[in-house]
Amino acid sequence: MDIYIFGQQLVNGLVLGSTYGLIAVGYTMVYGIIGMINFAHGEIYMISAYLTAIFLALLAGFGLHSVPVVLLLVLLCTLFLTALYGWSVERIAYRPLRHSNRLAPLISAIGISLILQNYIRISQGARNQGVPPVLEGVWRIPAQAVEQQFVQITYQQSLIVITALASMALLTWVIHHTALGRACRATQQDRVMANLLGVDTDRIISVVFVMGAAMAAVAGMLVTLNYGSFDFYIGFLMGIKAFTAAVLGGIGSLPGAMLGGVVLGLAESFFAGFVNSDYKDVFAFSLLILFLIFRPSGFLGVPEVEKV
Amino acid sequence: MTPLLTVRGLTIRFGGVTALNQVDFAVQPGSITALIGPNGAGKTTVFNCVTGFYRADGGTIRLHAGQQDEEGLNLLTLLGEPVRWRDCWQPQRLAERLYYQMFGGPHLVNRAGVARTFQNIRLFNELTVMENLLVAQHTQVDAALLSGLLRSRRFLAKEEAALQRATEWLRFFALHGEANRLAGELPYGHQRRLEMARALCTNPRLLCLDEPAAGLNPNETRLLSQLILTLRDQFQVTILLIEHDMGMVMEISDHLVVLDHGEVIARGTPEEIQQNPRVLAAYLGTGAG
Repeated sequence: MDIYIFGQQLVNGLVLGSTYGLIAVGYTMVYGIIGMINFAHGEIYMISAYLTAIFLALLAGFGLHSVPVVLLLVLLCTLFLTALYGWSVERIAYRPLRHSNRLAPLISAIGISLILQNYIRISQGARNQGVPPVLEGVWRIPAQAVEQQFVQITYQQSLIVITALASMALLTWVIHHTALGRACRATQQDRVMANLLGVDTDRIISVVFVMGAAMAAVAGMLVTLNYGSFDFYIGFLMGIKAFTAAVLGGIGSLPGAMLGGVVLGLAESFFAGFVNSDYKDVFAFSLLILFLIFRPSGFLGVPEVEKV
Repeated sequence: MTPLLTVRGLTIRFGGVTALNQVDFAVQPGSITALIGPNGAGKTTVFNCVTGFYRADGGTIRLHAGQQDEEGLNLLTLLGEPVRWRDCWQPQRLAERLYYQMFGGPHLVNRAGVARTFQNIRLFNELTVMENLLVAQHTQVDAALLSGLLRSRRFLAKEEAALQRATEWLRFFALHGEANRLAGELPYGHQRRLEMARALCTNPRLLCLDEPAAGLNPNETRLLSQLILTLRDQFQVTILLIEHDMGMVMEISDHLVVLDHGEVIARGTPEEIQQNPRVLAAYLGTGAG
C-alpha cells in the first residue's frame, strides 16, 4: 500500500464525507422532529446546484470578479432561495398530511421529488450543465522523494471541508444556544407537549425544513463549484447517499449525521482507491443494509423504545 | 361575578362511544374547582378538551380572561373549526375560520391563558430543568433566528427576564438546586413539581392539574395542598383539578363537579357533594343509592 495513495484517498474521503454530512443533516433533523424521511431532500440539493450556476452567471454578468465577494453573494442568494424551496415543500406536500398515517407523507415526498426533478428538466433542459472554475489552485504535499508521489489538496477541496465544518458548528450552536433552537429541541422530544406550552410547533417544523434546506444549499454550492458539472438527476444518488450517512450516524442525531457522513465518505473513498472504484456505490449501500440489519440505531442514535 | 371558564354542552365521541355528553360547568375566578368521579367518568377527557388536546364535537368552552367582550373567547374556535358552506354568507366568520384552520392549534389555547399538567408526567426529559421552564416561555422570549445568532440586546434582555421568572418558580417549588440537571433524572416527586412550575411559566389564568397527588406519599400530598392554596391566594391563579385523593379534594376545593359516564351528576360545595345520594351511588354502586 502506497502511503501517498492512502493520503490522497483520505483527503478525497473527507471532502466527500463533509458534503454527505451537510445533506444528511437535513434528513436527520426532519426525521427527528416529525419522524418521516424527506425523500425530496436530494432534489433540494439539486436545485441549489442550479441556483448556484444561475447566480454565478448573473454576478459575472454584472461584472463582479472578486472571488470572495462572488462566493459570499452566491452562497447567500442560493441559501435564501433553496430555503424557500424547502419551506414550500413542507407547506405544500407534508403539512396537510400531518395527521394522516405514516405512509402518506412518504408517498407525497416521493411525488414531490419527481415533480421537482421534472420541473428542472423542463425548465432548464435535460443536458449536463456546467460552471467555470471559480477558485483555482492546489497544495501539494510530497510524500516521498519521488516526483510523482504527492498528496494533492485543491483550494476548492479545502473550501468544502472548512465551510462544511463551519456551517455544522453554526447549526449546532443555533440548536443549543438560541431560544429558537431550544424550541426545536423541545418539539423534537414531545411535539404535543411543546404545542400545549404555547410553542407554535408548525412554525418550528417549518424552521427545521428551512435549516435542512440551507445546509443542502451549502453542500450544493460547494460541490457544484468543485466538480463544475451537474444535471437534473444528481439529487437522487446524492440524496440516497446522504440518507445512508444519516442512518449510519444514527438517524435523528445531529452529530451522528456529521459523523455518518465522514465515515461513509472515507469508506467509499478507500474502497474506490484500494479495491474497485466501479463498485463503490455497491459498497456504500451494502454498508446501509448491514447497518439496518445489525445496528439500525447507527453510531450515535438511541434505540427506539416502543412507547406504551 | 363572571366565571373565568364556562363550559356549555360539551360533547365528544370516539367512534360510537359518547365520552362526554352535554357537560356543563363553570369555574369562578380565584377558586379551586375539582372534577371528581369514578374511573372512566371522562374527567381527563374534559381536561383534554379544555386545553385543546382534543377537538370537541359539540358545545362551547368560553374563557373570560383579559379584555374580551361579554361572551368571552371560545377556545374551540382557536383550534380551527371546519369551514362550512353557510359561512360564505358571513365573510368575517369565514375569514376567521380559515385563519384558525391554518394557524390555529393548542398553542393558542395556552396563549389565551390555559395551562395543564399530565397525569403521567410529560417533561422534556432530555432538556435541563431550566430549559424546560424556558421553553414554556417561548412566546415571551425573542425566538428570531438572527437575534439569537447575533446575541442582540433584545434577545439577551428577554432571555434574562425569562431566566428570572423561571428561577422564581423554581424557588417556589423548592427546585432551585436542580436547575441544571436533566429533567429525566429528577426523582418522581420533583418531576411532578417541575411540571407544575413549567405550566405556571406560561403565565396562565387557569391551571389544570391532572391528578397532581398521584404517587405522592401523605406528607408530600399535604405539602402539595399547601402549594396549591398559595398559588390561588398569592398568585391569583384559578385552579381546575382532577384528583382521586378525596381527603385532599374536600380540604382544598371551593367547588366540586362530579362526573359519571360522561355526564355531570352533581355540582356544589364539598359539604353538599358529600351528602349527595347520586354521588354516593356513582362511587359505591346503585345499591347504596
